[in-house]
Amino acid sequence: MNAQTSEPVLVLKDIRKTFDAVTAIENFSLEIHPGEIVALVGDNGAGKSTLIKIISGVYAPSSGSITIEGETVSMASASMARAHGIEVVYQDLALADQQTVYMNMFLGREPLNRFGLLDRRLMISETEKLVKELDVRIPSAHATIRDLSGGQRQGVAIARATRWAKKLILLDEPTAALGVAETAKVETIVQSLKSRNIGVLIISHSLDQVFKLSDRICVLRRGKQIGIRKTAETDKNEIVSMITGVN
Amino acid sequence: MSQSKQTAKQTASLLPQPTVPLLKRIHLQQYVVYLGFLAIFLFFAIVLKDSGFLTVRNLSNIVLQTAPATIMAIGLVFVLSAGEIDLSIGSIVAVSALAAAVTLNAYGLVAGVVVGLGAGLLIGFINGVLVAYVRLPSFLVTLATMGLFAGVARSLTDLRSIPVTDAAFTGFFGSGSLLGIPSLVWWTVAAVIIGHIVYRETRFGAHVLATGDNGRAASVSGISVPRIRLAVLMTSGGLAALAGLLYAGRLQAAKYTLGESDLMTVIAAVIVGGTLLNGGKGSIVGALVGSLMMGMLNNGLILMGLSVSDQMIVRGLIILAAVAVSLREKVR
Repeated sequence: MNAQTSEPVLVLKDIRKTFDAVTAIENFSLEIHPGEIVALVGDNGAGKSTLIKIISGVYAPSSGSITIEGETVSMASASMARAHGIEVVYQDLALADQQTVYMNMFLGREPLNRFGLLDRRLMISETEKLVKELDVRIPSAHATIRDLSGGQRQGVAIARATRWAKKLILLDEPTAALGVAETAKVETIVQSLKSRNIGVLIISHSLDQVFKLSDRICVLRRGKQIGIRKTAETDKNEIVSMITGVN
Repeated sequence: MSQSKQTAKQTASLLPQPTVPLLKRIHLQQYVVYLGFLAIFLFFAIVLKDSGFLTVRNLSNIVLQTAPATIMAIGLVFVLSAGEIDLSIGSIVAVSALAAAVTLNAYGLVAGVVVGLGAGLLIGFINGVLVAYVRLPSFLVTLATMGLFAGVARSLTDLRSIPVTDAAFTGFFGSGSLLGIPSLVWWTVAAVIIGHIVYRETRFGAHVLATGDNGRAASVSGISVPRIRLAVLMTSGGLAALAGLLYAGRLQAAKYTLGESDLMTVIAAVIVGGTLLNGGKGSIVGALVGSLMMGMLNNGLILMGLSVSDQMIVRGLIILAAVAVSLREKVR
């Protein structure tokens, strides 16, 4: 575990977000290092999704700073977050169902050949390569998304994020809609992201999953950051009491 | 079919199989238009053997008659694929043809063509802005503009028909020929090829499909969904205007009735051709074959001596059957 020695890919400092009179997030600070998986846990309404939206550029924070590899950024849109190398895998899978796997991999970023037309060959070969590396088992790059199972779809969504993420992947409950076997498969894929030197921030409701995957756990309760623990140095009881506020 | 679907689903399942053979699943919907076309063609070829159906003259007539509908159908494939609809294409045909004819007679060829096409693009632009930026449903917007511009077409020339006598215009847009092939065929071929390439092989085409398939996914992927919506409605307006010019060129006159009865034919041709009504999937070549099928149906039923009312009933039933088969795939 050499993650802590390198420069963090993402630094959040004193992030605050208010919606009119309501404070959704107060004084949140977090560093994520390359090759590190950080889990964000908390009860419903704790502010996890708000935080993901801030990091992915959907919301601007009311105050505080976001630093990506040493550079302080202000992101006004999801496109800007993407330009900074941050990719999000959404809970409800932002995939186009009737299109092929490879078209989804390159959705909105399709490569063109020298005639200015879609470079399908490149898209297909890159898709096949990545799908193989991540061991996402799909029939072929030509398969239509709607013919895939939930786990395969989530695999494609993660593969897409991996293809484009230079620095950070945000996973918003990646296995919430999956069965047991598919969850295991997706967890393996998430784990394999560590070797790619990308930072991963994962939201999950499953503490088993959090303990299986993460290096550190960050707990939110009602918009307040309760604490960050190294996964190896804590246990479920401590995390649960941090989440609920009950000792 | 359901058996093979079952196995396909199982083979595609996640865990045990590391490699799954590329199973080409048969989507009936993609082929129904070709089968239908073939079936109707064979039927008429046999039944109307002695009524001149199979003559070169009759067959080429079918192609010429369907050219404007085919061109409108190409525009509609883009609109439907983006998850929208354009009901105003018939009215655009009339307004554009009339605007072109009036301008042509007063200011000459170039002005006529520019004003004619410009009218279609402008109506498409109005539709597009209302749908993409004011966020009104395209069904309602184009239903309204369909009526509105049908009225404009009527009032533009007081229901009079405007003669189009410019030989260059009529030659270029419908009555002439090049290398022995009628200009309407050239237009059809060009529109289909360009339409197919734009639809299948460009970023724009991919973004149109993504928009109609899952607008949110398109949006979070950085695709400007409103711009796509505006663009498809302008495409459809522009192509409907071109269809109007072709009508005017072929009939050597423009009238408010042009395009009036085309909307249903065009929608049927596009749906039968494998384009989904709710977006994300479609085919330009399918729309061409669908349009030819509709033309052939018209032609054959007339040659069979059916009364107009019987023609309408038979045509309606056949469209119903074809559409039912086309859409069954979608429901799973």
